[in-house]
Amino acid sequence: MTTLAPAPTAKPQKPWAATYKDRAKTAGIFVASMAISYAVVAATPLKGKLAYAAIFFASYIVIDFVINFVKAGRPAAVDAVFRAFVTMMVAVAITPIISILVTVWIRGHHGLHWTLFTKDMHSNAYTDAVPQGGLLHAIIGTFLLVLFAMIISVPIGILTAIYLTEIRGKFTRPISFLVQAMSGVPSIVAGLFIYAAILLPLTKKLNGFEGSLALAILMIPTVARTSEEVLKLIPSDLREAGVALGGTQWRSVAMVVVPAARSGLITAMILGVARVAGETAPLLLLTGGSGTKNFNMFNNSMGSLPSYIWQCFGAGTPESITRAWAGILVLLVIVVVLFTAARTLGNRKVGKK
Amino acid sequence: MDTTAQTNSLAGIAASRVHVQPGTQALGVGLEARGVHAWFGEKHVLSNVSLDFWPGTVTALIGPSGCGKSTFIRTLNRMHEFIPTAAMAGEVLLNGEDIYAPGVDVTKIRLKVGMVFQKPNPFPSMTIAENVLAGLKLAQLKVENKDDLLEDCLERAGLWSEVKDRLNTHGGALSGGQQQRLCIARALAVRPQVLLMDEPCSALDPGSTLRIEETISQLSSTVTIIIVTHNMQQAARVSDYTAFFLSDGGPGQMIEVGSTNEIFSRPKDKRTENYVTGRFG
Repeated sequence: MTTLAPAPTAKPQKPWAATYKDRAKTAGIFVASMAISYAVVAATPLKGKLAYAAIFFASYIVIDFVINFVKAGRPAAVDAVFRAFVTMMVAVAITPIISILVTVWIRGHHGLHWTLFTKDMHSNAYTDAVPQGGLLHAIIGTFLLVLFAMIISVPIGILTAIYLTEIRGKFTRPISFLVQAMSGVPSIVAGLFIYAAILLPLTKKLNGFEGSLALAILMIPTVARTSEEVLKLIPSDLREAGVALGGTQWRSVAMVVVPAARSGLITAMILGVARVAGETAPLLLLTGGSGTKNFNMFNNSMGSLPSYIWQCFGAGTPESITRAWAGILVLLVIVVVLFTAARTLGNRKVGKK
Repeated sequence: MDTTAQTNSLAGIAASRVHVQPGTQALGVGLEARGVHAWFGEKHVLSNVSLDFWPGTVTALIGPSGCGKSTFIRTLNRMHEFIPTAAMAGEVLLNGEDIYAPGVDVTKIRLKVGMVFQKPNPFPSMTIAENVLAGLKLAQLKVENKDDLLEDCLERAGLWSEVKDRLNTHGGALSGGQQQRLCIARALAVRPQVLLMDEPCSALDPGSTLRIEETISQLSSTVTIIIVTHNMQQAARVSDYTAFFLSDGGPGQMIEVGSTNEIFSRPKDKRTENYVTGRFG
């Protein structure tokens, strides 16, 4: 009886991965650059975090270039510098975002309290100690304002995108241009427009709906442009297949194109919401701020997270400023949750449930 | 289709098919192109094509890339106008009536003249069953029994046995060949008189191609089929008639049309002979 030869064993490896030597080299350059930046800051009049960062970046790139130039020649050195430069630019871009998140957390988490979500401010002042009163009125207000803005802007935005990609009428170019230009409209201008067009001549009072109208003006370009990009990604094969089966253009768009783009259109909607959730200026002009829960969009001023934050900072005591940071933290969490939802829905593959 | 002809010669393959003779049907049925020209913007891509398609026949359009074959079949169900810069001249008669006449409902034309595209394009948001029946919903047609129609169309497209247990799953999970047969089933569900196929097998492996060729042979008794193909073996295997298109740098023209047997065994035009014998293209 013969014994079977042992099966050749193989472990999955990555021969192309960086070796310990490579990693040690990178770490060495890193440490050397840090040392140089400390030495330079100590020895010269240059001061501050910015000086450290700038000298660190410059010396890292120089050392990296020289080492690679000596070892592997000019093309490899240029490649290494390019990679280091791009990585550093990413670090520069991310730093303020991280800094904002960290600052908001450090200053805001003292103000976090369950009563934030269960109480409003109708019997408390912004200057009261933190556990008294809460954010409920502002969360309800922001929710209603954004909901109404969404109800107004999502159909308009998506239909505009359908005009631009499906109907492609005579006015496609000017409308496309206008939509792009509109996405640059400052929020205060949208607020003033509704103020002049509706509040002054008609209602003469603050209410939530006017705020929603202004937010809708800001939301429409975001929704329209994102939807346009999404609809452009739908292969024209599908449109042709729909029409070739004897459907009218409207039925083909409604039954084939829009369902195929569904997850992308949801993303467009959520990006629009995230765009306006933190808008302050038009709300201060049009909806005012209130410490009481208000469910009526058409009567009386209405609280919202941005106006709560604004008023708390305005009050200027340590308690009110803690409240303001807690409000920012809550608003930021809401926006981050919305963005995450948008990404998750957008990444879902078309056709899979 | 006679599968006993074990020959590699195109003429041999073509000769093994039983032909429907031209002239056995009164004019005014089927599809007739009369002096069709086509343009994209200023570019004249197709010049003066006149061609008859008899009911119950398979016609293959062959020729090198860029000779206007695809453009030509897209004029036959008015898909040509889907491209913004497109223009055309001439007449296309379906059962004796010009489909380009003013007042013609273009959606009705496309119901009668269905189309299968080069790349399989099932609707991604729909299940297999919904895909097959999509045409009914798109065109707002009523049918008595959807389940029967579903089975009938999938059966005729040669897909029923492969998908009957997963009709409510998404079409995207099928293989390329199955997707293409799903698209054929979808085109059949609205009961077209004519089926245009624009290189339906170009994205498929040989096994799937064979299945689709079998499908074409089965369909040809009930539906008039016009197929664009770059595969001359395929043209020889599936078609009754073959038309050869060519562009000499200018607009594409139809050089010659005849029974597939004739085109592959004794073409009248030297250029056709060069093409079918593989001397160019």
